Amino acid sequence: MLKYTVKRVLLAAVTVFIIAAITFFAMNAIPGGPFDKEKAPDPAVQAVLEARFNLDKPVAQQFIIYLGNLLHGDFGISLKTGREISQIIREKFAVSAKLGGMAAGFAILLGLILGSIAALCRNRWPDRVIIFLTTLFVSVPSFVLATILLLVFALTLKWVGVFSTTNPNYVLPVISLMLYPMSYITRLTKSSMLDVLGQDYIRTARAKGVREGFVIFKHALRNALIPVITYVGPMIAGILTGSMVIETVFTIGGLGTEFVRSINNQDYPMIMATTIFLAVLMVIATLISDLVYKLVDPKITFD
Amino acid sequence: MTYNADKLPKKNLLSLQIDPRKFEWASDEEKAQHETMRESTTFFRDGMRKLRRNPLAVASLIVLVCLVLTIVIVPMFYPYSYEQMISVNGKRDKTAKNLAPFQYSKNEMKAIEDGAKIFPHIFGTDELCRDYFIRVLYGARVSLAVGLFASLIVLVIGLLYGSISGYFGGKVDMVMMRIVDIIYSLPDTLMVILLSVVLNQVLGTTLQGTVLAKVGTNMISLFVVFGVLYWVGMARLVRGQILSIKTNEYVLAARAMGAKPGRIIRRHILPNCMSVIFISVALQIPSAIFTESFLSFIGLGVQAPMPSLGSLANAARGGMQSYPYKMVFPAVIICLIVLSFNLLGDGLRDAFDPKLRR
Repeated sequence: MLKYTVKRVLLAAVTVFIIAAITFFAMNAIPGGPFDKEKAPDPAVQAVLEARFNLDKPVAQQFIIYLGNLLHGDFGISLKTGREISQIIREKFAVSAKLGGMAAGFAILLGLILGSIAALCRNRWPDRVIIFLTTLFVSVPSFVLATILLLVFALTLKWVGVFSTTNPNYVLPVISLMLYPMSYITRLTKSSMLDVLGQDYIRTARAKGVREGFVIFKHALRNALIPVITYVGPMIAGILTGSMVIETVFTIGGLGTEFVRSINNQDYPMIMATTIFLAVLMVIATLISDLVYKLVDPKITFD
Repeated sequence: MTYNADKLPKKNLLSLQIDPRKFEWASDEEKAQHETMRESTTFFRDGMRKLRRNPLAVASLIVLVCLVLTIVIVPMFYPYSYEQMISVNGKRDKTAKNLAPFQYSKNEMKAIEDGAKIFPHIFGTDELCRDYFIRVLYGARVSLAVGLFASLIVLVIGLLYGSISGYFGGKVDMVMMRIVDIIYSLPDTLMVILLSVVLNQVLGTTLQGTVLAKVGTNMISLFVVFGVLYWVGMARLVRGQILSIKTNEYVLAARAMGAKPGRIIRRHILPNCMSVIFISVALQIPSAIFTESFLSFIGLGVQAPMPSLGSLANAARGGMQSYPYKMVFPAVIICLIVLSFNLLGDGLRDAFDPKLRR
């Protein structure tokens, strides 16, 4: 276990380094510097500016300085707003984390419940309805789904309020963000549940007279949970990218909206910082879900 | 002729021939045993039989075939093109903006009264007076092409890499798989965005005048990213398959007879893991279409005026309340395509995956 943990942590560190390198050098490959304007400033002023932001040094050295700043949590300054990026991220991520956290929680909870129901009612109508709906939900692009939900439930039926800063109503955003991972978890739970229910120890438990509810919760669900754990890492990644779409549709001022805006504004330091920030989050999420998986199921051996 | 042991020729004592008297005629019962009860079936035919029995898979196959035929054939004789603004009698018709399905603009109505024949706008028109039906068809064309091409890239690279790594094993395998591990852990969507942003700037001017310029730098970067990042899943799949297949005796036999690695992989190993690979390709296509529509959403999609289903649906979001059909048509077609590929992939897996065969 220790060896595996060390190996995974090292791999994660290498990945983060590679992400930082790709981002940095990719952004550097874009022609033109931040101070190249149509009206050329005084060469002396430009030299001072370049020296101030270390742009006069060779690229490799710039990269090392950039890495050092990253380790201090210093992402530089946004070109559009002139604010510290680390501050923007801290502020905006709080909103995104709230939205994403709720979506992840409900996705896991509902996915497990629906998946178990589908497995227990195999080939009867609840199973068919659940599988039909989940297949449909994974086939609709999230922005279409979000727009339809917004139009039907908020603007036409007026069941829920539209999200605004004064009245933050998270119901629709959370639903639209959660449907895809929920559907995935449902299908995953169903197949692993069916797998477990066919095992000998379930028959043994039933044969010795254990109550059905106990069989399902104590014996079946606990073992069926294991494959779901592996999906948690990718799910976090999916929710982080998905929230770019959902936040833009519902005009929620989170990190996702900020990222999309920085792409459209060509605010390179902001794109760079957000990419690295989100990527590190995803790598950490995957690392944790892999380690937990290994911890929960000692039969699994990775090499 | 009835059987009679006495009538049979006598065996010469010294002859080495078998004595015919020792044989008797087969009875009808015994003959019946040799009749083939059921035709022998191959792996492929058996799978196809199972696939045909799966109504969802058959339905999705039919939907896909109809869709492909429509988007290939209809634009050939459709009177409008996807970038053409509607014009009446050679003059641009500015009243043909945002028409509802099957509605004619004022100028067109006048022309019809004068006896001209005008083809109806089946899906209406968009805000630039372009026929929406043909735009949706072209969008479906672009989206499908992106999906197929991206999956093809993944297939080729993954197949090559995976089979080399799996077949040679040992140190080669270890190094190659560590590279895969690292690429696998890169967050793909973020890398797509990053590369699209960068390639847009870097390639922007160099492509002008070439065929590639029409596709747009965004799509090229999408393909580049699929070629650089997405093949790792396929490579892992192929490697796993090859690792299990190469321990079979027939591979050993082929190697003993001096077959070269390339031949063994091509002739003996790959045909046996083809089914699993094709299933994974079928499931890769909808994921590529989704990625494209996601990129369109954040403004990194195909180059205007070329439409894709994602960019059409995204452009329609603004006027969603006034012109909901503009959202509905592309969205329904995306769903149909993705749903069909998903169901077809599931059906193929049920029919062909050796692990699920019973």
